[in-house]
Parts: sequence; structure tokens; C-alpha cells
Amino acid sequence: MWGIEVIFKGKNLIRLLGGLGTALEISLIAVAISIPIGIILGILMAGRNPVIKAILRVYLDFVRIMPQLVLLFLVFFGTTKVWGWDLSGEVSAVIVFSMWGAAEMSDLVRGALNAIPQHQYESAQSLGFTPLQTKIYIVIPQCVRRLIPLSINLITRMVKTTSLVLMIGVVEVLKVAQQIIEANRMSAPNAAFGVYLFVFALYFAVCFVLSIAARKLEKKWS
Amino acid sequence: MNAEVLNEYLPLFGNAALLTVWLGLAGIGLSIVIGLICSLVQFYKIPVARQIVRIYIELSRNTPLLIQLFFIYYGLPKIGIKTDPAVCGVVGLAFLGGSYMAETFRSGLEAVDKVHSESAFTLGLNKLQTFIYVILPQALSTSIPPFVANVIFLLKETSVFSAVSLMDLMFTAKDLIGLYYNTTESLFLLVVFYLIILLPVSLLGTYLEHKLGTPGVRQSIRKNAASRKERKTTIKEGVVNVGN
Repeated sequence: MWGIEVIFKGKNLIRLLGGLGTALEISLIAVAISIPIGIILGILMAGRNPVIKAILRVYLDFVRIMPQLVLLFLVFFGTTKVWGWDLSGEVSAVIVFSMWGAAEMSDLVRGALNAIPQHQYESAQSLGFTPLQTKIYIVIPQCVRRLIPLSINLITRMVKTTSLVLMIGVVEVLKVAQQIIEANRMSAPNAAFGVYLFVFALYFAVCFVLSIAARKLEKKWS
Repeated sequence: MNAEVLNEYLPLFGNAALLTVWLGLAGIGLSIVIGLICSLVQFYKIPVARQIVRIYIELSRNTPLLIQLFFIYYGLPKIGIKTDPAVCGVVGLAFLGGSYMAETFRSGLEAVDKVHSESAFTLGLNKLQTFIYVILPQALSTSIPPFVANVIFLLKETSVFSAVSLMDLMFTAKDLIGLYYNTTESLFLLVVFYLIILLPVSLLGTYLEHKLGTPGVRQSIRKNAASRKERKTTIKEGVVNVGN
């Protein structure tokens, strides 16, 4: 009915899950790159050097204001034209999502650092903590608690955004779904409904679990 | 970059930008309506409707717009619901945006202290009056900064409309790159037009945030002002005392 049976025909299910795997792989690599870079940028943003702050501001605002698809086009088509690089869709996607993720992450880190009230630094100093000890025992533990749920949210957004890589020719879930529908055009003309519904459910399952985890941690640590 | 090519492409991108803006505004308008209804249902804890809204919000927030559009545009016609691309784009955007708006409005409504509505009741205002004169104005001022963020987010999301064959900015850029290989000019115009659309909204957001502030910020400013006043009076008193 409605083409749901097509999903379980032959290797279709494994192929769809493989497509999801590609999307998840891209987002996990991008997250792994963007978290350390984001932390460094965030610390710089919360710092005092006005030149570094101004430069970072422009970079972050540009990356955050542009649709991610535009950034993908810039890297995928732009680098080929300007420098003659032949980047694959996957590599472009990882580059773009890392840049974007780092920008988002740095904003979260800056927020977490600024949220620590000044009096805690002063109290630490009056208790005889050195600046390094203050960071290790007071600043970092609080920031980490605040950042973990927010980073999980970022991963959720990253996973949702990876669906865009279809537009630069990466074979992920949607592409596989299109191929399956195309191949079964004669035997199951209504397959589009069932297959796209299944893809919808797949994304929902992954993102729902992540956002529940983020919410639980946020409640527990706030 | 070739100036002639830029000149030739400019009207194409202009038209595409208009389409992006129109569809974006229609989708955002609809999502505000959906968001208001859903947030009120959640705020007043209306049974059954509340559970439906909860499910809708989870479904919409945990799936990408591209997948939603594919399902609406290619999936639904197979069970008899046909939509043309523009309608599909607007409906998809509203489906996605409604939940974001709902969460924003709900947190705005919940941020209003219970004491306010209780005081309004004691003063003889009925439920509707309390909502219109007491809760809504305060909720609006707290929801405006996240509301503008949602508008920017939704305008950005319109970039996937090209997947359902709408001739928006992305579609035009991809088409021109594919046909004539004037990549530099196409990408340049693509970025410029998105900046023209998004930068004013973003600047407006920053301005409003400074002007309204989140309540926390406003309170701290007020507190600082108060403590400054206090200090001034104590200094004055000090002067007076010395004079005596």
C-alpha cells in the first residue's frame, strides 16, 4: 500500500540506511572539527583584543547570515572556478558545515563565558586561586555543563542541514530514495509517498532522540 | 568578473529575489498565525488540542525543510493531494516556521509573571482583558528578538525551494552556472542578493534587541541606574553633612 512495500524489497532498506549513514558521517566529522575551532574562536571573542574581535565578528556574521546552501555553492562551484580545485561534494560539505558549526559554536562558547558573573572571579582570587586554577576549577566546569546540551542541539541542526548536500550531488538518503522510486516506477507508481514518508521518519527518529537527550541534560544541569 | 555578464544577469536575479521574498513573507505570515494558535493552546493548556500541538511541534522541529518539501511535493500527489510549487513552498515553510514561532510566543507568554494576571483578576479585569492589556504587551516585548531570529532563519530556509522547481535565487544561480559556466558572476550576484534580503532584517534585529533588550538586560540596566542614583544622593548627603 502506498509504496511502503518498496522499501523492504531487495536491498532498498540497507541502501536507504546507508544514505542516512553518509549524511550522519558528514555531520559527525563536521561537528568534530567545528567544536574545537568554535571553542578557540569563542574564547577569542570573549577576550579583549578589539582587532581580533572585529575580524571574527565579520566572519561569523557572514557565515551565519548566508543560507548554508549558498555557502555550499560558494565552496563547491567557487573553488573549482577560482583555484581549479576539484572538491567532491562530501569534502565541500564537510568544509562548509565545519565553518558554519565553528561560527555557531563560538557564539555558544562566548555566551557561556559571559554568563559567568564577575564576582566568581573575584571570590576565587580572594580565596587565593591563581588565574589558571580559577579557569580549571571554576570557569571550565560551569561552561562545560552549559555547553553540552547546546552542542547536542547543534548536532541536531547539523544533521538536519546535511539534507542539503543532495543539491551538490552527494548520494545521501534523498538521492537513494529518488533512485528507488525511479527504479520501481512501473511496479509501484505510488512509491513516492511511502518512500518519502519513510525518509521523513528516518530523519525524525535521529533528530528526535538527539533533542530529547539535549532537553534531559539541560533540565538536569540547569 | 565580467561587467557585461553581471548586467545581463542582474534582472534575472532581481526577479528571483522577488520570488524568494514573496514566498518567504507568505510563509512567515502563515507561520505567525499557526504559531499564535499553537502557543495559545499550550499556554491555556487546552486538552487534546495540546497533545496534537506537541506532536506537530516535535515533527516539524526534528525534520529538515527539504524533506518536508519533498514529501509535500512528490509524496502527497500519490494519494491525491496535488499542489503547485509555490503553494508547496509556502505550506512547507509555514509547517516548519509554525513550530518555531509557537515556541517563541509560548516562552514569551510564560515569561510574564503569574502575579501580573492574578493582580489583574483582583482589579476586576476578565480573562480576555487580562490577556490583551496585561499579558500580551509584555509577552510581545520579550518575544521580539527571538521572533526576528526566526524570520531570518525562515528566509534562509527558502533557499531549498529550488528543489521543488521554484525559480528562486538558488535555482537561477545553479541554472546559469550549468548553462554558461559564468560561475564567478553568478555566485557573486547570489551572495549580493541574499545580503540585500537578509542584512536589513539582521540589522533591525540587533537594533530591536538593544532597544527592547531581554527583560534580564533591562532589569540590570534599571538596577544600575538605581544604584547610581543612590550613590549620588549619598554623596549629596555627605556634602550636606560636611556643610553642617
